[in-house]
Order: sequence, then C-alpha cells, then structure tokens
Amino acid sequence: MTKQVKKIICIVCPRGCEITVELEDGKIKSIKGYSCSLGKQYAEKEVVNPERILMSTVKCVGGDLPVVSVKTAKPIPLSRMIEASKALADIVVEAPVKIGDKIVENLLGLGIDVIATRPCHKQKEE
Amino acid sequence: MPDRITKKDYDIVVIGGGPAGLAAALKAREKGLETLVVETRDRLGGIPLQCIHPGFGIHYFKEDMTGPEFVYRFIDKLLSTDIDYTVKSYVNIAKYVSPMEKKLEIITPYGTEIVRTKTIIYAAGARERTRYEIGITGPNPAGIMTAGEAQTLMDMYGVMPGKRILIVGSGDVGLIMARRFVLEGAEVVGVVEILPYPSGLIRNVQQCLKDYGIPLLLSHMVISVKKRNGRVSSAVVVKVGENFKPIQGTETEIECDTIVIAAGLKPRTKLLESLGAQIDPRTKGPVVNEYFETTIPGVFVAGNALIINDYVDYAVEQGELAALAATKYVDEKGIRIKKPVKIILGRNMRLIVPQILTLTSDALFYGRVARPEDNVWLSFKEIGFKIPQLKVLPSIMIRQKIRLDKLKSIGTNALTVEVMPRD
Ligand code: SF4
Repeated sequence: MTKQVKKIICIVCPRGCEITVELEDGKIKSIKGYSCSLGKQYAEKEVVNPERILMSTVKCVGGDLPVVSVKTAKPIPLSRMIEASKALADIVVEAPVKIGDKIVENLLGLGIDVIATRPCHKQKEE
Repeated sequence: MPDRITKKDYDIVVIGGGPAGLAAALKAREKGLETLVVETRDRLGGIPLQCIHPGFGIHYFKEDMTGPEFVYRFIDKLLSTDIDYTVKSYVNIAKYVSPMEKKLEIITPYGTEIVRTKTIIYAAGARERTRYEIGITGPNPAGIMTAGEAQTLMDMYGVMPGKRILIVGSGDVGLIMARRFVLEGAEVVGVVEILPYPSGLIRNVQQCLKDYGIPLLLSHMVISVKKRNGRVSSAVVVKVGENFKPIQGTETEIECDTIVIAAGLKPRTKLLESLGAQIDPRTKGPVVNEYFETTIPGVFVAGNALIINDYVDYAVEQGELAALAATKYVDEKGIRIKKPVKIILGRNMRLIVPQILTLTSDALFYGRVARPEDNVWLSFKEIGFKIPQLKVLPSIMIRQKIRLDKLKSIGTNALTVEVMPRD
C-alpha cells in the first residue's frame, strides 16, 4: 500500500484555496481544505488528470486585426497544452469571424473544438 | 448607434470605452440620460479585448469567459442602442463651468468638438507602472516593455516580443503573460518579485507558473540591465534582505533578450487633476464619496481609474453605480452633502474607497489590506459593524456593502476601517 499526500491550489475562483488530497494506491482517501463543492470537484479531477482551457490566437486574413483570439471549448489535459498550442500556430482563417465560430474541429483528436473568442470584422475600405 | 458626436449637449459623457465605461453608458441610457462615450483606441472594449484567457464574468454573468467574450456582451448591447460614441478620440480639455455644466473639448478623427454635459463618468482605466518606477534605471535598449504592451503586441497584433523572457514583478498580467509566452514557444527564464510573496493571485501562480515550471524568484530584484547590439542581453538579479536592501554577493546574471515589467497599475488621473479633483495618495485615484463622485460635483469615476480592481466584474459594478448616481445628480440637480463623514484607515488597512460618506445612500467599500493575516475581523469601528475573515491578503480586494440605516448610527464625523485579530 502506498500513501501519498498531494497539495493543490484550487484555480476555480480567485480565492485560491489550498486543498490537501490523501491518496492510497492511487485512490482518493480524503480531501480537505476546499471552501465549496466546486473546489472538491476540481481537486478530484486535478489529482488524477489535470485539465485546463487553452487560449491562443490564430492568424486572420482580411480582417481589422491580424489575429483572432481562440480557446478550447472545453478543458484539455494539461500535459497536451504546449502540443495543442503548437498545432494552432499554422492555422489561418479568413475574416469575418464571429465569437463562437468553430476554428478547429477535434483538436489533436481530443474530441474538443477550438472556437473564436473575439470577432474579426472584414477590413473596411478606407 | 452613431459612431459620431451628434449633439452639443449631453446629460452624461463617459470617458473611456472599457468595461466600466460601457456598463456606465448602458445603465445611464437605460435611465433615460443622453449619453456619449469617448474612447481613445480604434474600437470600444478596453483592456479585456486583449485578455484572451478565461476567468472573466464569473460574478456578473455566472459564466467563465475570456476577456473579449465578456466585453463584447456590452459592446453588442451598446451598438443596439442609440448611445453616441466616438473612437480614436480623447478629451483634451475639461472645464467645470457650474454644477450642471461641464465643457469638454474632444479631439476626434473628424475634427475638434466642443460638448456641454451635466455629468462626467471618468472610466479611463489605469496605466502600467514603468521600469523607472521600480528602480530599473540605466540604458534603454530594445526589448524592455510592460506586460500590457507585450499582451497588446501578441494577442491583438500577433507579434512575439522575444525568445528568452525575464518578467519583473509578479502582478497578474505578468503571470498571465508568462504562460502565454511559454505556450507560444518562448522561454520564460523567471519571474522576479521584490516582495517575499507573489503580488498576483495565488491561482495565477499555480496555473501560469507552476503548471509550466517557471521559476518564481521571491525577495529578488533587478539591479541592472545589459545590452548587446542595441537589444537586451541580460539582467543582473540580486536577493534582497530587510527593507529591500540588496544582499551583497548574491548577484546573478540572467541571460535574456526581453524584459517584461509587470509592476502593477496606477489609476489614470490627469484629466481629473486638471479639473481640480483631489487625489488619494493611497489609491492613487481620486477621493470619492459613496456615489463614486469626485470632489468636483457631477464628476464621477469608475473602474481602474477609481481603484485598481481584482475583477472586471467590480469595474462593471462601479460603472453601473456611478451611472445611477449620475442619474440622481441630473434629476436632483446635484448631490447634497449634509454632514460628510471621513473614512479613516485603521490597523492593517492600506487603502479604501469611498473615502467620504454623505450618509444619504448605502455604501459599497472596496479596499486592500497592508499585509497578509489569518483569522481576523474586518471592522467598521464607530458603527460597531464587523465581519469575520478567515484570511486577508493584499492581493485580494475586500468588498463590503453597508446599508444606510447602519451607517446612520454613527455619532461622529469619522469612520475607522480596521483589521483586528480574532481570538
Ligand atoms: S474551493 Fe471553492 S472557494 Fe476555494 S478556490 Fe476553489 S472554487 Fe474558490
């Protein structure tokens, strides 16, 4: 039997509670230090498979700004963040783009889409 | 929704088209005021436009959004109204003529406009503190910029500011940019913080630094910057002891091509000062009453121009409150101050707004403590009002509403706000 104690900082809200998770053979024995149920849920996930929302930008041609900001529609595994960010480096879209437009489908085969978070309007002729 | 100044007279001119200004304009229009928004950048939205990370709107919309998603809720709403706005424009001169008349000279792309208004909401945000304000003197090679500048470059214009980046200061924008740099393939060699604790939110220390193994050098400062071929080549970092004195022999030279200054924000106050508004040396913003009215009648302030906020939600809240106050001002031809009460900063309180109470309305306080402390009371002494707090931190703003009936129980003309140990 292997015992393990993991300390994690909850990132769900700015309060940043420090949560202590006790594990036995990889199974959660106890969770302490959270101030709300969201924190408990977060801790359960965080000790097994930490996930984050990825945010980035992709190139946009013909728009009022050269890039459009994007995010993953759902959190992706933390361990895949850099790889996922690299995958977005070569994407080019065309204006106009609206908030919520799908930019990449099924990023890295994770089953999660990348969506636009800022509009890119067609550049007006001056 | 004309992108033009269509009138000569307004009830309210909102200076700044970021979250506080947009929220103020929408609320003012909803209350029937003739409203104009003046924005310096080429589009409405303010700083959240470039804050592409999540963490916005949890309080206001009960949804986790990125900055642009958050602020576009307000922009889209504003564009569906008949509120006048003008971008690439700024108020060059503001003059107080009388309680019900302020005169503004506004420079716009289509000429200079003179506008009269009954009230002003100043929501021009904050500026970043520069390298000189944190004592990094010496040459000025390419590659030194503030965190906000780096953010504008990267996340508005898609330009990478450097390859090996040192961040000075652990404010939230710096932490957030550290993560952005790493995700975009740059190396962040460290985050240097002079204080013994990070100045940004602990969750940002986790999700921006620890997630990517970026070193955080607490109790350290940059004492000099070296250059090669006109570009930053390294920084000399030293450990500091008591009173932030460099400890001899601890100097290390860190190679980097870019230094990003993340030393916090300072409210913009130039225009308010030109109007004669009193400035609080603690908040560095104007002195206000519970209507967020400055010492100049009919001139209100909201957002980071009032106080540096932790959440955009607070800026929005302040914008809406200021707009309601401006509505009252227009309706009642001024806010009468019966018996002003001064707010006094007591034990472990570093700053607070409002600084004055007129005792004619509920008051919403925003403040910061001077140092971290556990298990305390936040106490409003003379009215015997106290709230238990498990933990107070300088990086976490205190927000406390107190109802008028409670405030009215005060017998003196000063109210002390203090943090007291709980036993
Ligand atoms: S546990 Fe709850 S209160 Fe604490 S940081 Fe997480 S979400 Fe916030």
